[in-house]
Amino acid sequence: MIVDLAIITVKAGVVLFMVLNLAGILGWIERKGSALIQDRIGANRASIFGFAGMGLVNTLIADPLKFLTKEDFIPPSGDKFLHTLAPCMALFPALVTFAVIPFGDVLNLGDRVINLQVANLNIGILYVFAMGSLGVYGIVIGAWASNNKFSLLGGVRGSAQMISYEIAMGLSVIGVLMIYGTLELQDIARDQATLIGELLPSWLSFLRPLIGWLPAWGIFLQPLAFLLFFTSAVAETKRIPFDLPEGESELVAGYHVEYSGGKFLMFFAGEFAEIVTAAGMMTTLFFGAWQVPYLLRDGFHFPWGATLLLPHLAVVALQVGAFTIKVLFFCWLQILLRWSVPRFRYDQVMRLGWKMLLPLALMNIVVTALWIVAAQ
Amino acid sequence: MDTPSLIFFLLAALLVISSLLVVFLRNVVHCAMALVTALLIIAILFVTLHAPMVGILQVMVYAGAIMVLFLFVIMFLNPVDLERQRGLWWGFGTILSLMLACVLIPMFINDESPADPVAATDIFGSPEMLAKSLFNDFVLPFEIASVLLLVAIIGAVVLAKREH
Repeated sequence: MIVDLAIITVKAGVVLFMVLNLAGILGWIERKGSALIQDRIGANRASIFGFAGMGLVNTLIADPLKFLTKEDFIPPSGDKFLHTLAPCMALFPALVTFAVIPFGDVLNLGDRVINLQVANLNIGILYVFAMGSLGVYGIVIGAWASNNKFSLLGGVRGSAQMISYEIAMGLSVIGVLMIYGTLELQDIARDQATLIGELLPSWLSFLRPLIGWLPAWGIFLQPLAFLLFFTSAVAETKRIPFDLPEGESELVAGYHVEYSGGKFLMFFAGEFAEIVTAAGMMTTLFFGAWQVPYLLRDGFHFPWGATLLLPHLAVVALQVGAFTIKVLFFCWLQILLRWSVPRFRYDQVMRLGWKMLLPLALMNIVVTALWIVAAQ
Repeated sequence: MDTPSLIFFLLAALLVISSLLVVFLRNVVHCAMALVTALLIIAILFVTLHAPMVGILQVMVYAGAIMVLFLFVIMFLNPVDLERQRGLWWGFGTILSLMLACVLIPMFINDESPADPVAATDIFGSPEMLAKSLFNDFVLPFEIASVLLLVAIIGAVVLAKREH
């Protein structure tokens, strides 16, 4: 009993620690990355006692210190209570969502089998969407409590945008759910160990030599769903090209224009935690979660017959490592996207969401259903 | 008292407090946030009753979508006009709550707990069970509700597109 509780606490603590730290590191990567993309030198001023060599560590310490020591200003005509509550409501959903994302298969310690996932819910994906839908409150309430026209406009834009893209996002995932037949993310992750060759119906067996060796990852089974999910996930994080709620050329800083110090830091960290969570969901649903191609629980089993047996701990380390690398890749992809494309106009954002992503997602569901019937 | 009852009474107390706040707070946005809190606590109650699916839908639909639209409308329209008809609404609400109380209080007094309580299994409130009952036992009501919603959506589109 005590040991079970300790295991759960350690798992939750480690995941929370990793997400928060990754959020901080991403803040640094974003600045360094943007400097790289724009051919300039960036984020090189943080030095501790004249020692600026370790830019990452220095910035990781200097950034929060600077934010926390600044004045925490609340607009005199604003709503004090809600102004303080809003950053918490923005950060909370971003941090708890990672609880259902599996970061490895199982770890055998002695006679104990530890599932490498914080919360094994049979409604996994719905939990992610439920928490995502609560993320709107941080923006709307923060914008309203500031009693500022610019922030209110930003909040209204943000809530309309997030509600619109939540629908497209939810519908894009339904195709994936139909293929794997479960809502539980760990089951989806395990199902991606099979090869496409085993899933092909008999009348398509001539394709087996061509694509049969591919692992049954979501990206190969549902490529359109991945594009739709990726686009809506970027829109949900409210970053360029979807950063209309902030839009500094129109709204100063949008919904967080009246925020400073630690509260702004919470909005800031929430945004990066959302990036990490979105990357985790993309990895889990479409890129095999913690799967390394052909790596089963006892080692590699290649489709051409060769096997390479590995000890259990090496397998677990490979899985967790693969998951981390995939998540980092998708974080980097989102940052790269932000510094590569210009901002949409607001009517373009709405048209993209309602007139392109939504019909495409519905079409994807119908095609997937037809495929499932045909493949039986 | 065992742990489940303790959790229930704790949640119930919080639920009652937040519901009272919905009624008694003066600021409409504060009322809306109290209502969100109440809806979230109801969702947790569903989870403790082995119905995680219903609980999560409660969060998604009510707390995540409907209340956001409420907030949207409140922020745009700033309904201070309602304050004038406050007495009317108080009377209306009192009558409705009295009617509810007439149903609930006899149940408390008689203590009609089920004679043979059935322990809920783990799969009781799972998505699979919910889908089975929706698409097998209650497929006709489900379809009727879908058609009604479709009519409402088309009606909303027609109203929004009307030329002035």
